[in-house]
Amino acid sequence: MTRRNRTILGGLVLLGIVAFVVVTWRPAIRPTERPPTGFPADSVLSGERLAAVGHCASCHTRPGGPPYAGGYGINTPFGTIYGTNITPDPDTGIGLWSLDAFTRAMRQGVRRDGSHNFPAFPYWAFTQLTDADIGALYAFVMTRPAVKATVPAATLPLPLRIRALQGGWKLLFFRPEHFRPDPTKSAEWNHGAYLANALADCSGCHSPRNALGGERRHLRYAGNLIDGWIAPALTQENPSPVPWTTDELFDYLRSGSSPLHGATAATMTPVIRNALDQPVVPDSDVRAIAVYFNDVAQANVPAARIESVTRTALSTSLLGADDQEDPGAILYAGACLGCHSNTGKVPLATRPELALNSALTLATPTNFIQVVLQGVGASDGAPGLTMPEYASSLSDAQIATLAAYLRRTRTQLPAWTDLESQVAAARRAIAAH
Amino acid sequence: MITFTLNGRKVAAQSPDDAPLLWVIRDELGLTGTKFGCGIGLCGACTVHLDGRATRSCITPLGSVAGASVTTIEGLDGEHPLQAAWRELQVPQCGYCQPGQIMQACTLIKDYPEPTDRDIDAVMSGNLCRCMAYLRIRGAIKLAASRVREGTGRG
Repeated sequence: MTRRNRTILGGLVLLGIVAFVVVTWRPAIRPTERPPTGFPADSVLSGERLAAVGHCASCHTRPGGPPYAGGYGINTPFGTIYGTNITPDPDTGIGLWSLDAFTRAMRQGVRRDGSHNFPAFPYWAFTQLTDADIGALYAFVMTRPAVKATVPAATLPLPLRIRALQGGWKLLFFRPEHFRPDPTKSAEWNHGAYLANALADCSGCHSPRNALGGERRHLRYAGNLIDGWIAPALTQENPSPVPWTTDELFDYLRSGSSPLHGATAATMTPVIRNALDQPVVPDSDVRAIAVYFNDVAQANVPAARIESVTRTALSTSLLGADDQEDPGAILYAGACLGCHSNTGKVPLATRPELALNSALTLATPTNFIQVVLQGVGASDGAPGLTMPEYASSLSDAQIATLAAYLRRTRTQLPAWTDLESQVAAARRAIAAH
Repeated sequence: MITFTLNGRKVAAQSPDDAPLLWVIRDELGLTGTKFGCGIGLCGACTVHLDGRATRSCITPLGSVAGASVTTIEGLDGEHPLQAAWRELQVPQCGYCQPGQIMQACTLIKDYPEPTDRDIDAVMSGNLCRCMAYLRIRGAIKLAASRVREGTGRG
């Protein structure tokens, strides 16, 4: 390269950097003198409802820790990012954030001091919230008990942990936009779409992402791998043997379990538990979300089909109970049948029917392996529905045998492959956390 | 330290988070009614209730019951319909598996208030009895369930 060309190139790079800084830099907003008070009660209540639907606590509350004081580690493919303290503590929380600062954070992912949020904070969803809803959320967080608590720094490698570079991520993937209701759909559908897309950010877990963590818009709701578990597709590709109806969705989102689908586990649990299941969230909000996703799933299932799939599933429920030969059946009868059998005319929500569970019908055995290895603790699943863990009692080979047996006898789908190595890999991943 | 409710009382366990609940109940908290049979969740002798439903305590880590309610055989007051039926029909032989059988049967009659042989076979399949007292276990379950239905015994 000639000296002249080098100079021009250097100038262009410098110009690019300057342009980048100019476009992405944000000023600090002056802190308020003290945390705000005097919020009307109905504003706080509205905020409480929105914070429940938006499951803010799922990222901003550490398990067993004080509410909204942060410290929960969000495992991303890039490293661990810790939810911040959003209590009104003036030093370690957001007590000195004005409504403007709070609104800017929600709509643009910029903190009071002007630094960018990592895209673990779903500002691309919150940007669609109305001013009234953001104001109500502000009233809610500012009236929580203030907790003095610092949170660990994100464990992202360089250069990803440089906040200034998050501006680049935003240039690539973030479009601030208002929620646009669909005039061809009902008010209830639009309300559900608003709650799902602007507040609860269902797409954040249920849509696939590209290598830089940006959402792949054209594959919206096609499912994703989150923290070692599969968040299933919510579209027509949903793998549940019985297609979801609005009623089943409502039951599941309201309580954490539904008889024809099973129960929540892993990172879906805090979306429901102590969030959507709270009395402050009216049935109408949950039903609206159910109506919206019933449409996303394009299911339109005749009742007769639901009945026939359910009948077929129940007919397999006791398979293996008397089998003295098949190693998979013997394992199943000893370890699983006592809790998972359904001998009645309809499956019970308290006895998750495996033949109706997406863990067996997903393309990969990921969720099945995870739940067998880790179980479901008292605070990990639907209230009152627990499962012990088999990591220390069953070998990789045994779990593989069980998986293959259940896939073969409870589904009509092609066999899973490489089961034993997948179990081993799951064990290693769990141990690494 | 993990706190949970044991037979209605709040307790704080010092055992490590990954200690099997069975050993916390027996060794640390001194309730020896729950038995060790296999340690891998395949015999049912260790069955307790977690938030009201039967589960295998030998493969339930202490950490997973934080804040929850655990009930052992000692938590049934001795006059539970199943215990009364167990006595009337003289169900136990050596007695070792019986606390686990009774705890599992509690969940069975909750899920299936009018249990058939098929229901009993399925739900009790993971509770082994080397003395082969199965016939009397089955009879006692049916007797207790009928009393609960008639209202002559609590559920």
